[in-house]
Amino acid sequence: MTRQLTCIGCPMGCQLTATVENGVVTEVTGNTCKRGDDYARKECVAPMRTITGTVRMADGRVISVRTRTDVPKAKMFDVAEAFNKARPAAPLHIGDVVIADVCGTGVDVVATANRK
Amino acid sequence: MKKVQLAIVGGGPAGLAAAIAAREAGLQDILIIERGEALGGILGQCIHAGFGLHTFGQELTGPEYAQRFIDRVEAMAIPYLLGTMVLDINENKVLTVTGREMGLIQIQAEAIVLAMGCRERPRGALNIPGTRPAGIYSAGTAQRLVNLEGYLPGKNVVILGSGDIGLIMARRMTLEGAKVHAVAEVMPYSGGLKRNIVQCLDDFNIPLLLSTTVVDIQGRGHIESVTLAQVDGRRKPIPGTEKVIPCDTLLLSVGLLPENELSLSAGVALDGVTGGPVVGDDLSTSLPGVFACGNVLHVHDLVDFVSEEAGRAGRSAAEYVLHRRSAGRTVQLLGKNGVRYTVPQHIDLGAMADTVTVRFRVGQPYRGAALCAWAGDKLIRRIPKRILTPGEMESFPIRRGDIPADCHTITFTVEEASQ
Repeated sequence: MTRQLTCIGCPMGCQLTATVENGVVTEVTGNTCKRGDDYARKECVAPMRTITGTVRMADGRVISVRTRTDVPKAKMFDVAEAFNKARPAAPLHIGDVVIADVCGTGVDVVATANRK
Repeated sequence: MKKVQLAIVGGGPAGLAAAIAAREAGLQDILIIERGEALGGILGQCIHAGFGLHTFGQELTGPEYAQRFIDRVEAMAIPYLLGTMVLDINENKVLTVTGREMGLIQIQAEAIVLAMGCRERPRGALNIPGTRPAGIYSAGTAQRLVNLEGYLPGKNVVILGSGDIGLIMARRMTLEGAKVHAVAEVMPYSGGLKRNIVQCLDDFNIPLLLSTTVVDIQGRGHIESVTLAQVDGRRKPIPGTEKVIPCDTLLLSVGLLPENELSLSAGVALDGVTGGPVVGDDLSTSLPGVFACGNVLHVHDLVDFVSEEAGRAGRSAAEYVLHRRSAGRTVQLLGKNGVRYTVPQHIDLGAMADTVTVRFRVGQPYRGAALCAWAGDKLIRRIPKRILTPGEMESFPIRRGDIPADCHTITFTVEEASQ
């Protein structure tokens, strides 16, 4: 099975063609550097994304949050739903855990701003 | 009248970096004047990641990047005013300032750093026909409403403009439960980063309609639909290609304009292409003691470049106040054949650092090209570039040793692939 994708490693945006067999990328063409090859191999098998959003605090204020590292792309909307349910209390600082191990990904959601 | 050695107009990333650099250069008496309720500028609402790759080697969110600089300003005890707006600056460097508690006062500054940032182009400037219902926002306004105020502007969205703000909001609205029906772009290519096309549109199957624009808006009290049409090579709508899309929200991401009302009132000379002040390599404007940096000077893509540029401006302002500047012969910089402008617009040979980074944007995409710097007919530096695009600001370093002794003008050009 082949798949077309655009590399996001640099502004070139090379059009890549990846051959996927049994869940493994066996060939990548169209890339002009190693980054494109790495990107295609990861993106075709286990695409990941960092999710950022906002959460409503217990006192009604809004605070921006992020998944600390990237999580499986397939869980994006589940993670966004989890953001909706959280109601953390003040005070919050950058890096404080707002949701631990979101949606079973093993990744915490942390605050990205300070709120007194 | 209140006096200050250095007044910095704007407490966003440019103003913060300028203040830190001025203090590090030895200047004590600094005042940051910020009209918003917090320091950090536009970064406060840019909750997505991707900031700071060059500065910190990390991909931070906007608020995280801003906080690094706010923390330093606090640690250095640099004074700042919030909720305070500069209404006017005159040619004598007197600022007229208003704030809720202070009322209206005037401040005499020895030096000023202009760091007011930019504003979004509104619908009126585009002359989009149709009714004027509620539900039409600039993308940045929608971003503020969602990310800071906690409101969702609508559930069925059309976005005009595929620059990064439009793309980022396509993703943001979708993750908050709205349906983004399309992003329309009047040019035949997108001005946004490829990364954003993939992660904001492709990830959510949001169609990108190139060479397409909004030609009509329907709805009385609230927007009900927009009419999209394809455009020809001169961006004129093609009759017969109209398509009506029902929606309750239209977001406009159609250009950022440096905010230079104060620069104009002070009599600072502006560049017709950038919309920002004409500056030297030390970021000085045509008014002695007044410097400019960040988006008020030219609209940036990477906040890392803003911080670097603002650091230069802050250092220069400190050197001006502390009488440590030298001066020499001026060399003019010009952009031609694909290079739309340069910042700075001139270099002072006596005062320049060993390397000056000249920044600019190209007018169209190029592949397999090169950037060239010419002193008259003499090519003084050539940098091959696999890709050049208007959406990515270019940096061209010029070393003191590159500049011939008799040179009065350096011209930057794009050398296209076939040449």
